[in-house]
Amino acid sequence: MPIRALIIDDSSVMRKIVERSLRHAGIDLTKVFEAGNGAEALAVLQENPVDLILCDINMPVMDGLEFIKQLPGVANAIDVPVVMITTEGSESHVVQALSCGARGYIRKPFTAEQVKEQVVPVLAGKS
Amino acid sequence: MKSVVELLAANGSHENWIPVLEVAAREVFELMLGCQLTVPATAEETSPDVTAMVGLAGQLCGALSVRCDGKAAALMTSKMLGVELDKVGPEMSDALGEVCNMVAGNFKNKIAGLAEGCLLSPPTVITGSDYNLHSLADFPALDVRLLFEGMPIVISLQIHS
Repeated sequence: MPIRALIIDDSSVMRKIVERSLRHAGIDLTKVFEAGNGAEALAVLQENPVDLILCDINMPVMDGLEFIKQLPGVANAIDVPVVMITTEGSESHVVQALSCGARGYIRKPFTAEQVKEQVVPVLAGKS
Repeated sequence: MKSVVELLAANGSHENWIPVLEVAAREVFELMLGCQLTVPATAEETSPDVTAMVGLAGQLCGALSVRCDGKAAALMTSKMLGVELDKVGPEMSDALGEVCNMVAGNFKNKIAGLAEGCLLSPPTVITGSDYNLHSLADFPALDVRLLFEGMPIVISLQIHS
């Protein structure tokens, strides 16, 4: 299934790595949008519908947790799955992210296989 | 409840963290750059000209740095982005900063209590070698010296009280 993805991370290098990992995982990306923080991502979503969001937690201006709390008010993000990709690996961060609405959680460093394990079920609506 | 540093001071065991730091670095290079770090035959002094630093705050305060020369930083960037070495440009600082950030995050996630109780700052990257670092650390730095594709890198954890 062709996917439009939004990748949010304050590191442009990490955004490229995430995109490459998605492609290695066999995800058919037709369009990739990028944002450097949650506020930029909300602006992207105002103009562009997406099918999948991958989001860092620690970012300037608006962090990833605040971003997903604001998603229910964004028309283009309704029912769009969010997978967090972050160095924050504690259980409390995972629980917090999932309670805010995230559907998956990937700890950095990661492999393309780990990305696949988290993203494919989410896209299939199994998570 | 005693802080991590108080516990360390009490039993003097912070050198036990060196292998953890090494494993944290090895995992980052294996998973994100697809290469194995090796141990140098001799502990030669190096003159790294790129330094990435991440601050730690909370239950453990201090700074973690990754130092290497420009050629090593460019090769890391090339491997992370999957581009030719001669195509690497200004994203080199971003890449080394991310390596440092992931090593710091991976390290703290391996120490009981630190994953929750320690926050990381955004990375800072310094280029050039003509500088002195004056640390307020309360313990000697924990240094891990490794080779990345035959080039030396130094990962250093400075612990403040």
